[in-house]
Amino acid sequence: MAHTLSSLAYLVASVLFILALRGLSHPETSRRGNLYGMIGMAIAIVATLAHPGMGGGGLGLILAGIVIGGGIGTVLAQRIQMTALPQLVAAFHSLVGLAAVFVAAAAFYNPESFGIGTPGHIHAGSLVEMSLGLAIGAITFSGSLIAFAKLQALMSGAPITFKGQHFLNLGLGVLLLVLVIAFVATGNGLLFWLIALLALVLGFLLIIPIGGADMPVVVSMLNSYSGWAAAGIGFTVGNLLLIVTGALVGASGAILSYIMCKGMNRSIVNVLLGGFGAEAGSTAASGSGGPARPVKAGSPEDAAYLMKNAGKIIIVPGYGMAVAQAQQVLREMADLLKKEGVDISYAIHPVAGRMPGHMNVLLAEANVPYDEVHELEEINPEFAEADVAYVIGANDVTNPAAKTDKSSAIYGMPILDVERAKTVFFVKRGMASGYAGVENELFFRDNTMMLFGDAKKITQQIVQALQK
Amino acid sequence: MNPTDLANQATATAERALALAAQARQMAEAVAPAAQAAEPFLLLLTIFLLACFVGYYVVWNVTPALHSPLMGVTNAISSVIVVGAILATGLGDSWAAKFFGFLAVTLASVNIFGGFMVTRRMLAMFKKKG
Repeated sequence: MAHTLSSLAYLVASVLFILALRGLSHPETSRRGNLYGMIGMAIAIVATLAHPGMGGGGLGLILAGIVIGGGIGTVLAQRIQMTALPQLVAAFHSLVGLAAVFVAAAAFYNPESFGIGTPGHIHAGSLVEMSLGLAIGAITFSGSLIAFAKLQALMSGAPITFKGQHFLNLGLGVLLLVLVIAFVATGNGLLFWLIALLALVLGFLLIIPIGGADMPVVVSMLNSYSGWAAAGIGFTVGNLLLIVTGALVGASGAILSYIMCKGMNRSIVNVLLGGFGAEAGSTAASGSGGPARPVKAGSPEDAAYLMKNAGKIIIVPGYGMAVAQAQQVLREMADLLKKEGVDISYAIHPVAGRMPGHMNVLLAEANVPYDEVHELEEINPEFAEADVAYVIGANDVTNPAAKTDKSSAIYGMPILDVERAKTVFFVKRGMASGYAGVENELFFRDNTMMLFGDAKKITQQIVQALQK
Repeated sequence: MNPTDLANQATATAERALALAAQARQMAEAVAPAAQAAEPFLLLLTIFLLACFVGYYVVWNVTPALHSPLMGVTNAISSVIVVGAILATGLGDSWAAKFFGFLAVTLASVNIFGGFMVTRRMLAMFKKKG
């Protein structure tokens, strides 16, 4: 009876989780969706606590864990700046991975709790599932730590590559497989921890060659891994809720990775093998030794004058806007221009920023109405009608070479058709090339005016000029 | 063919059938444990695959503007692993199980509260303005 009740509670929780994801199909329904998710989680926890045989001492430990963890999580979530969101999410993924490792360990030392055998005599099938949950959890943990370190700038965002890297990873992967087979055959505790250790090293090595701007793919992929780890643990302990939720999260992360890769016209394998930009960057650097091509540089006052008299302006934000924290002042500029009767919209490239949807959150934080913010396919036809395109902190995603230059590293990548606007303002600190190491042709066009300086300062100066 | 032969033949056939039945029973008994083990796994696998499909179709409907909150929510709900952690801590009778279980409960709780809260913060900003 108790078992039926808890199964029923898990079923309700699964449905609520699906509704939570469903709610995200529109901003208006999304808040209710999040609420469904919270209710589902509460039901799942209460139903588990009501499990018969839940002992007094254990219960105290569980509540202590929930209070401590919940406290830390709440404080973190409330204090975090929205620009630091990608690293927060990476850190959270690492925690799921580590939790999966610990649950696998607990199940290994006390298999009776889950009815999968006795210590030293765990069913072979359960050992397979356990080692999967363990290995994926450990890879998620160390991989997410590296992603966190890169995003938080604790280590360089540049790809770290060395000779024989891929062979080393392949070798370690094969070794991991051998260890798993040996573990399933013997059920040996030492092998359990060797698998964990090797998977940690592998997670570390898999992420270090991937550069900063490929982080949207990495973060989505680790999101997916954390789901598969949960599903693996679900198979181990025979819990349907874990399996269903793990599958939902795994599928979600996989789709996001796919969308991000498509946004760069690169295959997931190409991204994962890493080293992108490092090679191309060196050739671009040697190329810049040649005669410098002329560019037009303008002042914020020129820009303010032109924009005030424009009919339609499209703003193209990129990661540089996040770094400079320019979203607030950008919205002020847009407000002033709207008062002058200018039509303002924002164009977001799928891979702008360091995580999927990063720019949308930052603009929303600055109180930009979401119906002014458009995706690439939606807005591209409108550039031809725009008087001004204001590019702030974006570079590669506007490079027309992606459409024409077959030799370019970014050839085939879908780009925002910024060059079709009558005038393009490019806010940029210098002439350095973007992440892909490719020089942006747009800088040298007749209709482009460069505004050299910090994104926030330049925009502030434009705001001042508009207020005069 | 006389009745006696017919009767003998019938007896022989019946005996063969009996032997076959016994053999079949032996075989069935031999594979029963494997079948018992395979059946729950197949059930779990079926549910897993169906859930993958549900996830696939639901997530494609998520608007790109909300991809960051999507990561927040999926991150929070993947911490449902806390269920396994709670069972390990509460039902375990070895210190190792309780210790690892407690760590897992704590980590997953950081994620549950942190994930849902940060998503709520994000979504609160996506309100329709003026």
